[in-house]
Amino acid sequence: MKHINSVNEFVIRFANTNGTGSASANNMFAKALFRMGVPVSPRNVFPSNIQGMPTWFDVRVSEKGYLGRREGGAEIVVGMNAQSMVADVEHVLAGGYFLYDSTKEIDPQLLRKDITFLGLPISDVCRKEYTDPRQRQLFKNVIYIGALAALLDMDFDVLKGLISDQFKGKEKLIAPNVHALELGYQMATSNFTCPLSITVKNSDQVGSRILIDGNTACGLGAVYGGCTVAGWYPITPSTSVVENFEKYCNRLRIDPASGRKNFAVMQAEDELAAIGIAIGGGWNGARSFTATSGPGVSLMTEFLGLAYFAEIPVVLMNVQRAGPSTGMPTRTQQSDVLSCAYASHGDTKQVMIFPSSPKECFDMSADAFDYAERLQTPIILMTDLDLGMNDHLTEELSWDDSREYDRGKVLNAQQLEEVEEFGRYLDVDGDGIPYRTYPGTHPEKGIYFTRGTSRDEYAVYTEKGEDYVRNMERLEKKFATAAELLPQPEMHAGNAGSKVGVIYYGTTDHAMDETFDMLADQGYSLDGMRVKSFPFGKAVDDFIKKHDQVFVVEQNRDGQMRTLLINELEIDPAKVVQVTHYDGMPITASFISEAIVKNIAIKPAKKKAAKRG
Amino acid sequence: MSYLKSKFHHPNLARNELGLTYRDYEGSLSTLCAGCGHDAVGAALVQACFELSIEPHKVAKLSGIGCSSKAPTYFLGKSHGFNTVHGRMPSVATGASMANRSLKYIGMSGDGDTASIGMGQFAHVVRRRLNMTYVVANNGVYGLTKGQTAATADKGSKTKKGEEIMWGAIDLPTMALQLGATFVARSFSGDKEQLVPLLKAAICHEGFAFIDIMSPCVTFNNHATSTRSYDYVREHVEEGNITDFVPSQEEITTSYPEGESKDICLHDGSILRLHKGINGFDPQDRFAAINAIEQHRAKGEILTGLLYCDPTLRDMHDFLGTTDTPLNSLDEKTLCPGNHALDGINNSFR
Repeated sequence: MKHINSVNEFVIRFANTNGTGSASANNMFAKALFRMGVPVSPRNVFPSNIQGMPTWFDVRVSEKGYLGRREGGAEIVVGMNAQSMVADVEHVLAGGYFLYDSTKEIDPQLLRKDITFLGLPISDVCRKEYTDPRQRQLFKNVIYIGALAALLDMDFDVLKGLISDQFKGKEKLIAPNVHALELGYQMATSNFTCPLSITVKNSDQVGSRILIDGNTACGLGAVYGGCTVAGWYPITPSTSVVENFEKYCNRLRIDPASGRKNFAVMQAEDELAAIGIAIGGGWNGARSFTATSGPGVSLMTEFLGLAYFAEIPVVLMNVQRAGPSTGMPTRTQQSDVLSCAYASHGDTKQVMIFPSSPKECFDMSADAFDYAERLQTPIILMTDLDLGMNDHLTEELSWDDSREYDRGKVLNAQQLEEVEEFGRYLDVDGDGIPYRTYPGTHPEKGIYFTRGTSRDEYAVYTEKGEDYVRNMERLEKKFATAAELLPQPEMHAGNAGSKVGVIYYGTTDHAMDETFDMLADQGYSLDGMRVKSFPFGKAVDDFIKKHDQVFVVEQNRDGQMRTLLINELEIDPAKVVQVTHYDGMPITASFISEAIVKNIAIKPAKKKAAKRG
Repeated sequence: MSYLKSKFHHPNLARNELGLTYRDYEGSLSTLCAGCGHDAVGAALVQACFELSIEPHKVAKLSGIGCSSKAPTYFLGKSHGFNTVHGRMPSVATGASMANRSLKYIGMSGDGDTASIGMGQFAHVVRRRLNMTYVVANNGVYGLTKGQTAATADKGSKTKKGEEIMWGAIDLPTMALQLGATFVARSFSGDKEQLVPLLKAAICHEGFAFIDIMSPCVTFNNHATSTRSYDYVREHVEEGNITDFVPSQEEITTSYPEGESKDICLHDGSILRLHKGINGFDPQDRFAAINAIEQHRAKGEILTGLLYCDPTLRDMHDFLGTTDTPLNSLDEKTLCPGNHALDGINNSFR
């Protein structure tokens, strides 16, 4: 049998049962590689369930720095779940390894000749070693990590260091965990020739980057962005956004003199109330937000229309999952693009921003509050389950201490004394953005009534057609102003004169570096553009105009971003080709490059020549 | 016909401690039907705020959708108002209060807005004891959509078209009592003597103050077979406790023989003085209040007056532990932990 030979370039899959504590052990494995300086991208593929169902944890290890999911099988599978064993054995690439618990003999029908089976009697050892049933379960996970340390030649001290960090404050748990690691290590060295043909070695490819999930970064972004009011309702995969916001607020936002809180978080009765709370806070001059996922967005749409029309700043973080309806609650997608862009009845358009990494989650979450107050409208941050709930290697977080929040056009009491005329919806500056006041500012001036019904420039109810049209036109002007304010797209230049472009956004970015390399290997050079916001700025329009063929790569069935581009920029649909991946798993470079090669209009000259020859 | 409201007022109009007249508390001209109970509720709120010498701009008035929810335009014109979406005013009021706890919040809702589409939000705003005055102008009918029955209309009573109402009525004060409101009252828009002191007490109460006000609809629900008409309500009202509101500044001069009156001291030092009516019961006993409501209801009577008040219970901000400074006034110096704090945070992700 030919073994796969690899150093720092492989995928390992852990197959477990959910509710057995495997995720924290698997995370420890990923983090150990990260601490060894090797780029990793862990992905937890979990069921919408609490206990007893199959769950997988994939870790891609890539010295080259490819952080997207890799298509196909894994070089190593740790199969700890009898329920999913058939599929897990199949998942191993030829020449790879299957590490399993041999306490119970493996079904001979499962055996494959092209892979190596590494059986260790893990349950047996746990039964002898531990009496507490919970420990028997938990330490199984630590034992296989110990075994992997020997098999892959990992730095054992790094693992020990991780254990000490993990149990800081619960020191008596350190020794038994280290003992379990050692048990695994010894079992591997006494049963097999270690290391295998696949190994890891210390590297310097991580640099100053950190390993953090997007939801934590979003929660921190809201803390740094000065958010003080949050209303929320639990929904996977967004729950941990507000949980993290509250956790960090409790650490960083307690008034030292009184011990009281400089923030307020309310778990609401549903998503309608969650955004209602955020809108109430925004109306009253506090930076406010809520976080949700697709079903929550559906419920929030009426309120989003109110905030759009009544011009109230509010931030909505949408951690997208696979829809429609309840869909696949624990799988990722980018399928709320259209429902958010035009959320609510009537002519509404909502501002969206698309982070692709936890660093951007942090930055954009903080920025979102500036945008919301500047534009006096909802800002929808479009992240997804893959970004939100998995750890990603990302630039370290930083903050410019000289930065001041942009509180937008708000008149205080003194300014109200000075202005000749106040009209809540008067376009004084010609940018479509009017001036507002907070309730309670001045006894006589700047007082108005906020409503979702039509009104004139002075906030007086009106049903006159011309007043209504004037207001709607101003809102359009404001939307055009938004396009200039929002983050500009990030460009990836191919060879000069490339006539084919590719547009992508959000987590698709993780697969794109690898995609460009794969395409280059086949002689294709494409220009890339990562869209970061909606409304689209001029740069997006120019990019499409500049190219003869444009691929739009996204993670939904219907090509929602493509539809939005065609609709908003009046593009010939024949020019834009959709590449869509929507099985709920993150998109991969091989999927994208295959789809592009299949549909590309301009084939590389070199390759044709080679074929003829 | 449209016409303008006169800005003229008599130079000798009474002024309150702030030097304002009641006209400073009025809103724009009402577009409700002539004789609508809601206008009387608005007028009572004007009087209550005037007499309490509340700075109008320190009040925020919020509503949902419906005739009742249009009403805030017609009172307190110098207060910010927010006409939100149908049945969702409680969540917006919650967020507004979280942002700035220093304002007085008055919510104006109706039976459709509260007892039907907004039932969920109503239940939860009571639970969280938001510091606000929540007024329901209850007429048992949908006015803006022209005469459909509301969930508070009595079972067995008849609509204007003569159809018998077959569904059981929701009693909002009972719900508010069960869910933890710390001030619950019922009144009648046609009884200003009773309504104004109750509104004043509700506004001074720190916590969730709920007032269900029978507010007849002259256009769609004022017929002989209705149980929400002016005539029916007037005839079937039973006043439980007669309430005086004594502001904190006022010296208490009169005294009552023991057993005939009871004083409840509110947070701001003002006093709710109760005189036992013929149906009197202890308004600090929640069970007695629920019992009294049910007993009167069984007799076809509408029990009004103060039903319950407990000024000692905590409100939402106490539970949340929010700082006294309105959150909307905090700046980046207070709110942003700065780059230095990120060192430790970054390291925790290494």
